[in-house]
Amino acid sequence: MAVGLLKKALPRLGLAVPAWPGVRCMTSRLYGTAAAQTQIHQPDNSVGSDKILTEPLKHPDFFRLSELFSLKDLFDARVHLGHKIGCRHRLMEQYLFGCRLEQDILDLDQTMEHLQQALNFTAHVAYRRGIILFVSRNRQFTHLIESMARDCGEYAHCRYWQGGLLTNANVQYGKGVRLPDLIVFLSTLNNVFQQHVAVRDAAKMNIPTVGIVDSNCNPSLLTYPVPGNDDSGPAVELYCKLFRMTINRAKDKRKQMEILYGLKSQND
Amino acid sequence: MRSIVRLGVGGVILRALLLRSCALRRSVSKMAASSGRVLKSFVQGCCGCSSVILPSIARNVILQKPAVTVLARLVCTSSTLQRKNIAAAGPEKYTQEFIKKQIEEFNIGKRHLANMMGEDPETFTQEGIDRAIAYLFPSGLFEKRARPVMKHPDEIFPKQRAVQWGEDGRPFHFLFYTGKQSYYSLMHDTFGKFLDIQKYQDRMRAEGLFSQETKQVNLIGSRWMIKEELEEILVQPISDHDCLRFIQLLERILALPYCSMEEEYIQRFRRALEVQSKKQKIEPLQYDENEVAFSTGEGRRKTATATTIVRDNGSGNITVNGVDYLHYFPVLQDREQLMFPFQFLDRLGKHDMECKVTGGGRSAQAGAIRLATARALLSFVTENEVESMRQAGLLTPDPRVKERQKPGQEGARRKFTWNKR
Repeated sequence: MAVGLLKKALPRLGLAVPAWPGVRCMTSRLYGTAAAQTQIHQPDNSVGSDKILTEPLKHPDFFRLSELFSLKDLFDARVHLGHKIGCRHRLMEQYLFGCRLEQDILDLDQTMEHLQQALNFTAHVAYRRGIILFVSRNRQFTHLIESMARDCGEYAHCRYWQGGLLTNANVQYGKGVRLPDLIVFLSTLNNVFQQHVAVRDAAKMNIPTVGIVDSNCNPSLLTYPVPGNDDSGPAVELYCKLFRMTINRAKDKRKQMEILYGLKSQND
Repeated sequence: MRSIVRLGVGGVILRALLLRSCALRRSVSKMAASSGRVLKSFVQGCCGCSSVILPSIARNVILQKPAVTVLARLVCTSSTLQRKNIAAAGPEKYTQEFIKKQIEEFNIGKRHLANMMGEDPETFTQEGIDRAIAYLFPSGLFEKRARPVMKHPDEIFPKQRAVQWGEDGRPFHFLFYTGKQSYYSLMHDTFGKFLDIQKYQDRMRAEGLFSQETKQVNLIGSRWMIKEELEEILVQPISDHDCLRFIQLLERILALPYCSMEEEYIQRFRRALEVQSKKQKIEPLQYDENEVAFSTGEGRRKTATATTIVRDNGSGNITVNGVDYLHYFPVLQDREQLMFPFQFLDRLGKHDMECKVTGGGRSAQAGAIRLATARALLSFVTENEVESMRQAGLLTPDPRVKERQKPGQEGARRKFTWNKR
């Protein structure tokens, strides 16, 4: 990856990849490496690789993800259903449409916008060959999420979260491990209805997060919260389907662009 | 630790010096970046002594590459600072090249050994190697693991975990970030099988072909794997809780009516139970001059040893050391012990017995004869009866012996009389 080129690209960015605090670079997330960054010399197709990385950033919806879902799909999958009033989190009040028979209803218009942004970001991360980790502690959907991650070629962690997995990665995994570049929460709560440790750890390690927040969750630490139902089967299956299609699209697009610009630079 | 620093290329000497003197490895990279500040604090902070390079020169050293001799100030170190925590590094790691080299050396050494022993190097097996080593390096050590051994390096060096990720840093396994990838992938696959069986069941129900009378998996004579065996399969340490969870999942699968679909998968995690009675060595029957079948047995109890000869076609006569058993064992309890094996097998009046017994007291001798008789009777009896004898305790030697007296006590357990003053 051309590290220096990405740094030049950042000031030119539109809204596609907003700056989160303390980001160095997706590729330099190697835990435990020294501060020195190696310059990768690509004299032949430097222009081509530049194009590959900057071209998607010029369009607001480069991967055309808005055609993947509609408001009706979300409604049919029961994404708008929240928990009872007693479980409501104070910070989720902005995402609520209203309350019916003591059950909170989430505003699907807001959900649409947030979901669009979240999927777009995921697509860009997958396009740049980032590591995506799916996390959920809802035991009903463990198998589904792990299968989905395996089909995409990404990673999943739907099991008991050991303390130092992100913050003590050198000791847990071995030296020189590469941490995930994006963590997607399909449920931000753990089995005891407290916020998942990974939310806080990802914020500590400057890893961007996308999370489905229900009406009893805390959306504050997530980079891209998506208000929606995280307990119903159809809803989680819909999310899995959307993420899988996004990631596959992004990876296919990357291959296409490489062929396209690879040919172009050869012709030039 | 005294040394005059001769600075050579870049920060290499600087780093080596600091490593030797103070074992502050992490500060090395920081040293390269912010030389002066850290060095000063280091000098002030540590109670020990070490050679220190003046900050200004250090900064120059990193940027340019001159060969400069610098007179260092002598600072003393203490041994506590130099002590390294060797255990914290974990078990010793062997690189792939090292193992490959060891394998080459082993193969060459095998051929040399074959030449030495006058055998054909091509067809020299591991047993040949063991024999050769035992001949060339005879060892009287009791601990088998301490004796000289020459084996293939794969059996000697513990298996290392290969690096789990590729060149771009992406891990190979999709569950890598859980920490226990093989265990959780096993759970994932097993649960997948569970879901497959459920789907099949639903299909059968929909077609109306569902029935409860399906072939059941045979679980008799086998047991679930224990944690150690599971760890061996997964090549990864797991906890008791994990093992329990896995067994529970397998039990859940077995509770389904159509579990025979995945019988092969489940049998992989069961181990056959050894049948205890097969361990008994049963001597074949011997025949004497008059075509009468007889068998011998030996038994021990406390300090008494007994040898018996049990003959067939008898009428229940028992002779002990040449004397009738009624005279030798006047007490009823001892005679009951003698006749118990026969009574258990319903052969009370059918055998004659002749025994010799030495050592011990009257109870011990009776017990020894009983064990010897039971062992002798094994030759006359079917396998099921052998199993029932084993379960009755007739074939188990009694391990109880007199406990030794301990110093400071009067007997084995009895303490001296307690005096208040």
